[in-house]
Amino acid sequence: MLTVPYTTSYLTEHFGDDAFGTLEGYRAHGGYEAARKALTEMAPAEVIDLVKESGLQGRGGAGFGTGMKWSFMPTDGDQPKYLVCNADESEPGSYKDRILLERGGHQLLEGILIAAWATGSETTFVYVRGEYAFPAEQLSRCVAEAYAAGLLGENVLGTGFRHDVVVHRGAGAYICGEETGLLESLEGKKGQPRKKPPFPAQFGAFGMPTTVNNVETFSHVPHILRNGADWFRGFGTEKSPGTTIFGVSGHVVRPGLYELPLGTPLDEIVFEHAQGVPDGHKVKGVIPGGMSMPILPAGQLDVPMANEHLRERKTMLGTGGIMVMDERTCMVRAACVVSYFFRDESCGQCTQCREGTGWLNQIVERIERGAGAEGDLELLLDVCGKMEAKTICAFADAAAWPVQGLLRHFREDFEEHLRQGKCPFPESFEL
Amino acid sequence: MVSSEPTATISPETRSAIDVEIARYPRKRGALLSALRLVQRQHGYISPEAASELAGIFELRPVDVMEVISFYNMFHDRPGGRHHVYVCTNLPCSLRGARGLLRGLEAHLGVEPGGTTADGRITLAHEECLGACGYAPMMRVDETYHENLDEGRAKEILDALE
Repeated sequence: MLTVPYTTSYLTEHFGDDAFGTLEGYRAHGGYEAARKALTEMAPAEVIDLVKESGLQGRGGAGFGTGMKWSFMPTDGDQPKYLVCNADESEPGSYKDRILLERGGHQLLEGILIAAWATGSETTFVYVRGEYAFPAEQLSRCVAEAYAAGLLGENVLGTGFRHDVVVHRGAGAYICGEETGLLESLEGKKGQPRKKPPFPAQFGAFGMPTTVNNVETFSHVPHILRNGADWFRGFGTEKSPGTTIFGVSGHVVRPGLYELPLGTPLDEIVFEHAQGVPDGHKVKGVIPGGMSMPILPAGQLDVPMANEHLRERKTMLGTGGIMVMDERTCMVRAACVVSYFFRDESCGQCTQCREGTGWLNQIVERIERGAGAEGDLELLLDVCGKMEAKTICAFADAAAWPVQGLLRHFREDFEEHLRQGKCPFPESFEL
Repeated sequence: MVSSEPTATISPETRSAIDVEIARYPRKRGALLSALRLVQRQHGYISPEAASELAGIFELRPVDVMEVISFYNMFHDRPGGRHHVYVCTNLPCSLRGARGLLRGLEAHLGVEPGGTTADGRITLAHEECLGACGYAPMMRVDETYHENLDEGRAKEILDALE
């Protein structure tokens, strides 16, 4: 069971109360009234317009406009349409969706119902990563409660609208967080991403029009319906409205989850909320948005946590997973861990990625061992360049960016290994 | 099919649970991951015979099932310990001592990396990020997470496994 977030806002406000995870407890806080309003008082297009006005952006990493994504679903034809909730949270540093499943199952289901109404979808598949047995169990319990109360099934809220929710468990593969890899996996295949186009809104799950949204994205939706677009825009920045759940990890006094408005400065999160680095050590670098996102050095932590600001520092919000490393940390070791992960998780479909991730890992490991060769840093950047924007999905980019980021800000660490022929950081974390 | 009457490795209980899963999807194959999980729950791993039997149920070639088994980390194609223990060694966990913890547990159990204890009790390996980054270091014991660990606590948990 996860610890309740240290700072809460509308998404996690009641997570300290165990009853909030039950239908009765959720209803005591006005639960499912937003869905009732959508299904009985609003046309699907009005719901989509409201979500567009709110400016809600996907919280799964790419930050695409949610209302816009919903509007891509065809409104003609009689083939079934599907929603998929991406709960395959596996970006290292990210663990926010887990608490939304464990403690906010009905909030998520209400968001799904509203999205189903807006897009005319008959079934939602919730793809929960295989290792999340307890979160999947909690969500399944909520689904059963919702069926029993007529909130799911053939006649939702007595409106004649039909919606089913299927909780699907993955089996351990990072690539299944990529939306088309996820769709392949949902169909019982290897999770190898599809070429796009066609996009999921045309050809998605089981060949049908499909919209894929992240757990947190759906969870914001009931609040927008209940309180309106202007209220939602009262949180966050003009371009990135709303809150998000930041997950802080690594060398901080108080690692944990913090629901805060987008645009909260990174240094405020690290030093005030997470209370800085223990034992009087200093920060060396911070990965701001899950492991795929390039690192920021200690001097650049004054950045507001919103994509329009993070892009200026050549990084992104990603999943809001913030990893803090103190001044004893060897950034070549960090590169070893990062590149091993991507090497292990490449689905093997595209040559640039399958081979490139292996080469990046081999080169940084030999540098760490003190066996690096002159020209290795140029070779690393060259391999990164041959991986970026050349593959079916963004995995290869996600593997190249952190290595580029580490070299951009901590090249000195790499050069020192080459000069000394050994790792010059004896106090760094163990490999 | 090589044999017209293959020895059934999938129990009637597992088979009916698989049928329940199949009914949840618009196409049968959607239930394959669930079916593999159920077979693994029955046997502890998925043998080539069980994979062939599943291929029959799902109207697939055995190779279609085998490639799915080998793609996903959570499926085992050979027998292991009665309990599978994984220490997360991704960056957030490594920053908080996961590698030392893993080595300590390997020494405690007397196993090589990825190895199984001589009594067949525990298979111990490392795993990539398990979504517990704020509660590091951590380990997964079968389907249960144990978080905010130190070596003493982790050893106690392993010693209590049957």
